[in-house]
Amino acid sequence: MSINAISILVLFALAAAVALGIVLISALLGSGRKSTEKLLPYECGLDPIGSPRRRFSVKFFLVAILFIVFDVEVVFLYPWAVVFREFKAAGEGALAFTVAAVFLGILLLGLVYAWGRGALDWEE
Amino acid sequence: MMILDLLTALAKVVIIFAMILGVVPVLIWMERKGAAYIQDRRGPNRASILGMRLGGIVHSFADALKLFTKEEIAAGSVSKPLFYIAPMITFFIAIVTVGVVPFAEPLRLFGYEFNLQIADLNAGLIYVFAMSSIGVYGLLIAGWAASGKYPLLGALRAAAQMVSYEVALGLSVVAIFLLSGSLRLQDIVIQQGALIWDWNVARQPVAFVLFMVALFAETNRLPFDLPEGESEIVAGYHTEYSSMRFALFFMGEYTHIIVGSLIIATLFFGGWQFPFVAAELMRSNMDGVIVIGWPAAGIALLMFGMFLVSRFRRRYRDLRDYETLLFGVPAMLFATLLLIAWAGLLTRGYLDNIPAWIGNAVVFAVQLGTLLAKALFFCAFFIWVRWTLPRFRYDQLMNLGWKVMIPIGVANVVVTSAVMVFRP
Repeated sequence: MSINAISILVLFALAAAVALGIVLISALLGSGRKSTEKLLPYECGLDPIGSPRRRFSVKFFLVAILFIVFDVEVVFLYPWAVVFREFKAAGEGALAFTVAAVFLGILLLGLVYAWGRGALDWEE
Repeated sequence: MMILDLLTALAKVVIIFAMILGVVPVLIWMERKGAAYIQDRRGPNRASILGMRLGGIVHSFADALKLFTKEEIAAGSVSKPLFYIAPMITFFIAIVTVGVVPFAEPLRLFGYEFNLQIADLNAGLIYVFAMSSIGVYGLLIAGWAASGKYPLLGALRAAAQMVSYEVALGLSVVAIFLLSGSLRLQDIVIQQGALIWDWNVARQPVAFVLFMVALFAETNRLPFDLPEGESEIVAGYHTEYSSMRFALFFMGEYTHIIVGSLIIATLFFGGWQFPFVAAELMRSNMDGVIVIGWPAAGIALLMFGMFLVSRFRRRYRDLRDYETLLFGVPAMLFATLLLIAWAGLLTRGYLDNIPAWIGNAVVFAVQLGTLLAKALFFCAFFIWVRWTLPRFRYDQLMNLGWKVMIPIGVANVVVTSAVMVFRP
């Protein structure tokens, strides 16, 4: 394993240990006098009405799906962007640009389609 | 691999971790003082240890102590494992992102190279995005596990918002990759050079604005704080949290701001580059830097001490009155010693021949200070914006993310690459 990977793992371990340690210390030091009122979920002082986990707008699912599509496309751009200079140095800059332009064009087409279908509209 | 490498790796992790955690209370203090002065009040100034108030910074530590001793409540039908682990995820992710930030140029001391950067990954920025995208899990799990309607609404809002702005965040840095041809943050910093007009903020202003706005949305700060908008959904995803579990969210948010500021400074503001003075220039003129920098630091410290002493008043008639003297007099004494030592060394000719390792160490310290100063500026900017701008409406937020930022980001990438190719 390289020293970089070890460093990152040490950082992970330290961050996790500190997070866990903080919670454990506070659990030890904290007082514990429970009462029924304390154990009610907060709903502005009234007794909670209905189940807290209720149905919610389908828009949130739509955003998640759109995110996956667009984020993956953006990630595909990263390697292209990194080697772009090398393409240019090799005299293939126009080709690299055209390829990415077509790719970005498809991305934009998808965005326009989603926009036109109202997937991005939040006003009712 | 040598044991020395392992030890330095361990030391680096601990140093950087402690540095970030140490800035968190300072940032909380800055937030409160900033908010107070923006709203024309004095802010925290009461808590004291033996009369030392340090301008109100003691309040941050008092709050930490208070939160440690508070009761932990898991109200209602929470799913306990998720409820317990969510704040830890948030804190963990926020602090782990710092792993690839280069704090200075590699320091060469006695034939050993010390790089103040936890891991010099060649996929540096990918690591940053990979980590920060996991951050959404912390909020989503927190809101889902807590049994309440406000947490659920907050978590949904947080998830949709962070996910939307992540696309814009990812798009904005593509232009930086085009210019730098590398994902290593150290490469990106070195490439920007010391001249301000070569920094990425000057070459890619659009990308900078996009990145900045998206970062505000990612950290859930005003004007994008809908996930915890207190006037609408109480406190959003952390409504049901108490004691240090709540504090972990709080610390996670501030850690996120610090790390985000470090990354802005690294990507767009030349990282550890001191404006206009390249490291090589500094190193070759180390005599001059020390001959001028040393007394300048001494005089600045002396004036600071004199300012503190001049503020001495018998106002409270107790220990608090002497706080200014407690810090002012030693500062003045130390500054005088510094100046005398400087004069002595200068007249005896010790400052003509600075050993190379002292020069390297000074450059290292200057670079570290430069990066931290830039990052602190952006932290202050976050605070300034928070107490100045009102909150968005949810549809405005989503429209800005999807209908404005993403098209502009795509256009920026196309224009940048076109200019790079077709510029004669």
